[in-house]
Amino acid sequence: MKKIEAVIQPHKLEEVKEALKGIGVDGMTITEVRGHGRQKGHKEVYRGMEYQVDLLPKIKLEAVVSNDRVDEVTSTIAKAARTGKIGDGKIFIYDVVDAIRIRNDDRGESAL
Amino acid sequence: MVRIAMLGLLILTALASAQTPAAPLTIEQKIAALEAATKTAQTAGDNAWMLTSSALVLMMTGPGLALFYAGLVRKKNVLGTMMHSFIMMAIITVLWAVVGYSLAFGEGNPFVGGMQYFMLNGVGTAPSAYAATIPHLTFMIYQLMFAIITPALISGAFAERMKFSGMILFTILWALIVYFPMAHMVWGAGGLLGVAGAIPCLDFAGGTVVHITSGFSALVCALYMGKRKGYGTEPMRPHSLVLSTVGACLLWVGWFGFNAGSALGAGGLASSAFVATHFGAAAAACGWMLAEWMKHGKPSMLGGISGCVAGLVAITPAAGFVTPGSALIIGLAGGIFCFLMATTVKSMFGYDDSLDAFGVHGAGGTIGAILTGVFATKEVNDLFAGKPMGMLEGNGGQVVNQLIGCGIAIALGVVGTFVILKVVDMITGVRCTADEEIEGLDLSMHGEEGYSLEA
Repeated sequence: MKKIEAVIQPHKLEEVKEALKGIGVDGMTITEVRGHGRQKGHKEVYRGMEYQVDLLPKIKLEAVVSNDRVDEVTSTIAKAARTGKIGDGKIFIYDVVDAIRIRNDDRGESAL
Repeated sequence: MVRIAMLGLLILTALASAQTPAAPLTIEQKIAALEAATKTAQTAGDNAWMLTSSALVLMMTGPGLALFYAGLVRKKNVLGTMMHSFIMMAIITVLWAVVGYSLAFGEGNPFVGGMQYFMLNGVGTAPSAYAATIPHLTFMIYQLMFAIITPALISGAFAERMKFSGMILFTILWALIVYFPMAHMVWGAGGLLGVAGAIPCLDFAGGTVVHITSGFSALVCALYMGKRKGYGTEPMRPHSLVLSTVGACLLWVGWFGFNAGSALGAGGLASSAFVATHFGAAAAACGWMLAEWMKHGKPSMLGGISGCVAGLVAITPAAGFVTPGSALIIGLAGGIFCFLMATTVKSMFGYDDSLDAFGVHGAGGTIGAILTGVFATKEVNDLFAGKPMGMLEGNGGQVVNQLIGCGIAIALGVVGTFVILKVVDMITGVRCTADEEIEGLDLSMHGEEGYSLEA
């Protein structure tokens, strides 16, 4: 099992969600986060006071999938989230030791 | 059956009384009856407008100013900031009932009123010498609303760092030592700066009394208390310009009560002040936004609402004295001038007037008071009985009077505030501790939070 963690542009969330649904990924967790990579932030001016805002709002999407689906899922996310501009985000892949379904104690991939 | 009989009896009685010839009224009686009816009608009209205006002016403090200021601070201080406005509605009201009204509007010397209205003694439904067509009670409650908003305006300068107990003590002393005497000098019977006083200074709705005194007192507070922790290094962005926009628009609407209500009646003068007020606000919003657009490249919502408030401040002393065209000029000048004061001048000197109480009210009030001396015209308000009013009508001396009025308001505000802050610092302290400031006033002063999303 692998955990796919994608940090994407907030306005791309709907497209990514639909694309994942389209390939049969049912479960995911979404968090509103702030961050930046190489993307520079922007300037805000309030009554002449300038503020450099470099932590920008992003969406973090997490989904755990079986090993054989990793390439399919990551390429689906990348395709749906891509605008081609700086700030599109990143995808990270982690090993998952185990999974437990709380309702009935299912373990491993059958808990996904 | 009984009912029908009774009905018949009633009808008969009514017919009988209708047939009884009434004694013919004399001409004098008829005129007296007509005069009484006219007076009642005028009182009804004027009183309706003045009670409405009183409510409008209270709305300027809460929720108007409370929202305007609350949106500009960080979210850990939202309630503490709203409290600074809200608590005035309670404290000043009590103070006003006991001694405030008397000190401001009682007969006394040219500087402060006497004790004749102590505990509102003798203030009833009969009109007073201040306004012949409305109950004295209406005049009293209307003036109270001004006394409430004035100290609330100052809170913009010490936002996010003042100790609550110190703020309360400061407010009470400030009302007693600065506001009540200043109101007496400009509007009270026999006041120094009144129309019949030694130096007639034109102030229709409180440019000197409200905005210059509060604005310059705010500057003293900002300088005395020092900058907020992290000012200039940590970001201190407004946490919700949505709240501020709603607040500023409520201020704009409430200001019709503030200025048009200052006509103390529902006649043409009120209409004139109403129009001038609106035009001043609109022109200033344009002025501030244009200046900002040119300097920073973008016109902002905050710029627009700051501009409209600056214009409302600038037009306040002029509202009942100038034409709609002059109001546009005063508003535009106020908007651009306050933009420069709140942005360029503030950063040049580096004081932390957190929400620009001085940059908007002190600066806008001063330019408004001076321009009132320039543009006042007897065509709008013949206050000097046929003699010219403003500089453009040939009365250049009025500008000097306006400057003297400003000078007195500034001197009283600056000296009074400094002394009061010193006293308060010795008794309760004025600034909260560094830890309290970091935690935020909501939790450290009031033990509650404005936003709890998990609730």
